[in-house]
Amino acid sequence: MTPTPPSLRVSELAYAYPDGTQALFGVDITIGAGERVALLGPNGAGKTTLVMHLNGILTAGHGTVEVAGLPVRKDTMKEIRRRVGLVFQDPDDQLFMPTVREDVAFGPANLGMRGPELEERVTEALELVGLPGIADRPPHHLSFGQRRRVAVATVLAMRPEILVLDEPSSNLDPASRRELAEVLRSLDVTVLMVTHDLPYAMELCERSLILSDGVIAADGATREILADPELLAKHRLELPFGFVAGMR
Amino acid sequence: MGAGGHHQLYRPGGTVVHRLAPQCKLPAVAAFAVVVVATPREAFWAFGVYALLLAAVAAVARVPAGFLLRRMVIELPFVLFAFLLPVIGLGERVDVLGLSLSAEGLWAAWNILAKATLGVVASILLAATTEPRMMLLGAQRLRLPPLLVQIAMFMLRYMDVILDEMRRMRVARESRGFVARDVRHLPALAKSAGAMFIRSYERGERVHLAMLSRGYSGSMPVIDDLAAPLGSWVTAALLPTAALATAVLSWSLT
Repeated sequence: MTPTPPSLRVSELAYAYPDGTQALFGVDITIGAGERVALLGPNGAGKTTLVMHLNGILTAGHGTVEVAGLPVRKDTMKEIRRRVGLVFQDPDDQLFMPTVREDVAFGPANLGMRGPELEERVTEALELVGLPGIADRPPHHLSFGQRRRVAVATVLAMRPEILVLDEPSSNLDPASRRELAEVLRSLDVTVLMVTHDLPYAMELCERSLILSDGVIAADGATREILADPELLAKHRLELPFGFVAGMR
Repeated sequence: MGAGGHHQLYRPGGTVVHRLAPQCKLPAVAAFAVVVVATPREAFWAFGVYALLLAAVAAVARVPAGFLLRRMVIELPFVLFAFLLPVIGLGERVDVLGLSLSAEGLWAAWNILAKATLGVVASILLAATTEPRMMLLGAQRLRLPPLLVQIAMFMLRYMDVILDEMRRMRVARESRGFVARDVRHLPALAKSAGAMFIRSYERGERVHLAMLSRGYSGSMPVIDDLAAPLGSWVTAALLPTAALATAVLSWSLT
């Protein structure tokens, strides 16, 4: 019996933009199935560049990315994009169809699903994010928090192996922030959360990575990383005023 | 954003006209417009019949006259142009209320006015009874160029987002004491428009990435496949068929 491959394995990933700017200098990450991991780092650390490699939007200059054992390559792209659910920061970028239902159906429909099967996927995904019954609304009539959760539903509808969220808590009011956290905790899926919202990482992820200057600078328990002010300061990360790591 | 969230041209309802499949209504209106344009301008009575046909559609769809009239404002520039024709037209002159007008120009003006008005009213009726989204689904169903349908779809989706962004830029300008009063303020407005263009372009790129991430490969998957029953086609064909009969009669009479 072969053991389950990790949800995500990134090895020696390096990338330079066409203009020559080197963004990643050999990144190694392994995330096991079912883990929830935070990827922390200041602005400009290469977080977004790394995320773009996970589903093959950018292709590695050097190194490899594997999703549940399947390498990211041109011929595997379709399956990779099903396995990696990327949730972008601005839900207005993610929700481009005229109604919520069509938007959630977009991914599975691209996989060839039609009819009742497709309808079922849409219903299931909207229930997972706690928003049943809004299927026929146009996205721009939803609150920002609802739009963020619908954005999560659009990728859940593809039943991904790993959910990758780019700054999931940005611009959310406290209640929407808590609602999204409840949704993420309830999901049975591997999660990689890119953020510099340290309390949110603490709340949702047992493990954290710090990406700084294009390399993984730290990898460990979120509680320990956040309890190390020197490490945080070195990578331009700071806990909010009054927040003490480990106090919950 | 229109009141109640509905598009301003759309008037919700459940009449026969509202329920007709969009892929039947679109060609029906297009065919009606072609027939109207092909009618000889001398056949005054035929245009009267067309107007009556549209009035009948409006009555069935419960679209009030006031609603139609307000939306016909869009035709104004053409009306102004049409009024110029008799004045600047050449050829034989006739006296109307003491003005010397060109007979050929008068005919041309009548021709434009009558045909454009009928076309505009038909389009307003179509828009009043068809949700914009359904219109696009109909266009997709009719196999109109998919790229154009997609562009229209994104315009519909992002119109409010872009208007909102424009509003924020205006607030930002005015918060710093800028009020556009005359020509000298145009450069500032032009720069705002440029910034708006770049922002929208960048958003387009991000949306494209989001689409690729969910398996987009150049064509929109058909999510809602609206099949139209034969009855729908027959009902929609009533308007252009009646118009065509009128036109044929007018051709044979002239």
